[in-house]
Amino acid sequence: MTVVFEKPKALTDNELHYCPGCTHGIIHRLVAETIDELGIEGKTIGIASVGCSVLTYNYFTTDMVQAAHGRAPAVATGVKRANPDNIVFTYQGDGDLAAIGTAETVHSAARGENITVIFVNNAIYGMTGGQMAPTTLPGQVTQTSPYGRDVKTVGYPLRICEMLSELDGPAYLERVAVNDVKSVRRAKKAIKKAFTYQTEGKGFSLIEVLSTCPTNWGMTPQDATQWLEDNMKPYYPLGVYKDKYAKEDE
Amino acid sequence: MKDKVLMKGNEAIAEAAIMAGCRHYFGYPITPQTEVAAYMAKRMPKIGGTFLQAESEISAVNMVIGAAAAGVRAMTSSSSPGISLKSEGLSYMAGCELPALIVNVQRGGPGLGGIQPSQSDYFQATRGGGHGDYHMLVLAPGSIQEMADMTVKGFELAETYRMPCMLLADGTMGQMMEPVVLNVDNVKTAEKPWAVTGTKCEREHNVINSLSLVPEELEKWNLKRYERYACIEENEAMAEEFMTEDADIIVVAFGIAARVSKNAVVAARKEGIKVGLIRPITLWPFPKKILANAAQQAKHFISVELSMGQMIEDVELAIRCSRPVSLCTRVGGVIPSPEEVLEAIHKVQL
Amino acid sequence: MATTQILFAGFGGQGILFSGKFLAYEGLLEDRQVSWLPSYGPEMRGGTANCSVILSDDPIGSPIVSAPDILIAMNLPSYDKYEGSVNVDGYAFIDSSLIHREAVRNDIKTVYVPATQIAADNSLEGLANMVMVGKVIKETNIIPFENIDRALEKVISARHQNLAEANRKALALGYNL
Repeated sequence: MTVVFEKPKALTDNELHYCPGCTHGIIHRLVAETIDELGIEGKTIGIASVGCSVLTYNYFTTDMVQAAHGRAPAVATGVKRANPDNIVFTYQGDGDLAAIGTAETVHSAARGENITVIFVNNAIYGMTGGQMAPTTLPGQVTQTSPYGRDVKTVGYPLRICEMLSELDGPAYLERVAVNDVKSVRRAKKAIKKAFTYQTEGKGFSLIEVLSTCPTNWGMTPQDATQWLEDNMKPYYPLGVYKDKYAKEDE
Repeated sequence: MKDKVLMKGNEAIAEAAIMAGCRHYFGYPITPQTEVAAYMAKRMPKIGGTFLQAESEISAVNMVIGAAAAGVRAMTSSSSPGISLKSEGLSYMAGCELPALIVNVQRGGPGLGGIQPSQSDYFQATRGGGHGDYHMLVLAPGSIQEMADMTVKGFELAETYRMPCMLLADGTMGQMMEPVVLNVDNVKTAEKPWAVTGTKCEREHNVINSLSLVPEELEKWNLKRYERYACIEENEAMAEEFMTEDADIIVVAFGIAARVSKNAVVAARKEGIKVGLIRPITLWPFPKKILANAAQQAKHFISVELSMGQMIEDVELAIRCSRPVSLCTRVGGVIPSPEEVLEAIHKVQL
Repeated sequence: MATTQILFAGFGGQGILFSGKFLAYEGLLEDRQVSWLPSYGPEMRGGTANCSVILSDDPIGSPIVSAPDILIAMNLPSYDKYEGSVNVDGYAFIDSSLIHREAVRNDIKTVYVPATQIAADNSLEGLANMVMVGKVIKETNIIPFENIDRALEKVISARHQNLAEANRKALALGYNL
């Protein structure tokens, strides 16, 4: 019998708790494939955040630390500084990274901390049941913006890649999506490059992954991928926002 | 460095930590502890260590969490308002069972308060500070020599019991200089098979975590932790006793308050008053047995502290309210004088 | 005296903390118990500064000097503030170049030292503090004058050792007044 498709080694056998149609599973897989392909499972440390991805530590076979809300980049900094030979990544959602943890995000990027940040942006707080996130789109209805996000009273969403691209610290910033096959392929390439940069000591990388939340968006998975295409991609354009070493590599 | 040298308390902490093998310091400036950070900034790069000035106290304590999770000796230091910010991390540290040293060189509060010495973070320190059922080990040095010695002991205890340890000093202890001998030999280190160092694909993954969504499981974790706490209370409580053998009156004070009180006790003894001093060195665990023992003979206790009366509750609990306990205190950054403590002794009606 | 409590007070920048440290180091080298406690905070940057030093043959309780045996006042506000606190039969050393009033207390010994002027006359600007300390040593024998070199060596950091000579000179000027 020929094996044509299998679970990456860096994922445990635990059943994912994510809702049907949620794209966390895809992103987990892309990270795990990367770890397998780079052969770094034995020296990788993952930092789980707070939000839907809080249980990430159950899904990766690597050593894991579960951080307080927003603090994953600070915890990652501590781990990396203690054992610089380890490969350290954080896996954070939009509330964690772009609201409560903004300071940790900006400053770990500014320091050029040699870590990889996987930033899952689905424009909503998932774990707590669908509240407005820092990345919720103008007009988007959530539990705490029931009449649609009113920019006059709550302001505008944060574009993290654009913000961080102004800093000298980061090595690599790219926004990708996982709502169709082509995007997933591109996302994989970006995640792998981010980890590779870390193994090469090139410094801070952040990959923002536009993701869906069918449950809290109140849509079928299929409609959700379309909504991402029609609404998120125009507001959050995909692409490389910074790549200090682009010329060397391409 | 076994010569007697003059050192500021804050510097003694920093140097002792380095001698104890700490190579990872994460901090944020705040008066009156900034010398700890400044000293580390100067020394760490020269010995291959890490000094990192974080963007906030919150980040600093979380960096300590990361480094401690990775199995190294790590520490942070701050003063009262900064400790409030670190309290989130302290709770996580307790939940994750991570050892680290946290220094609080206290100043007056609440709020921004002042920058002069205080002991008004006693409750915050001895009750844990953050949310949830937990304790930290709390050490209260009474001299610059003890600032150094307790730093070393703090790391050892934290690692032995896998929990955060707080060194609770105050602005005076941080700023004053006294002769100190930095004699740091045979520092105990613990094995850390739980640390996240990479599985090398040779073992199950280690997970440093304080989350459990199953109530019965979380209950079990807490019960287990409290078994350890009981063992600590039994074995690690420390206090210095001074002229207590025949004492009718016992003054209880720690840190700078104990030093002032000692002068008052000596003066009162010269007047023929039978008074002694108990100086708790560990505030958690509180030296309950030593106080309960003293209560068999003593008829009155006086709690001298730089707070509105926090430790006094532990004194009353320790002696089960079997004797009256009076309070002698100055707050807001004011230190009581030996005369004020003597007056409190005079006021006692036996 | 088994225990001597010393209070240095003046403006920030007058070397108040340094001269306190010098005496503390000297005490340490004599193998005595010593403590040194500075005022700290914003007042250190240009406002008033003071520093408590205790030299003792017994373990030191409180490091705070509220009733000094020796007061060294380098400006009028400090003199006004602390003259009354000096122990009976104690000393007040005042920089009479900067403090233009007579003593109020007659139960303590007041020593007038035009330290700032002396320092300036000898191109030792900024070392009035050490001129004062020289005079304190002379009057009180708090430490043996012949030991000043080793304390200076300790208290002046290695890269500033070139300043040791100037400090020595200032101490001698005060001592030989």
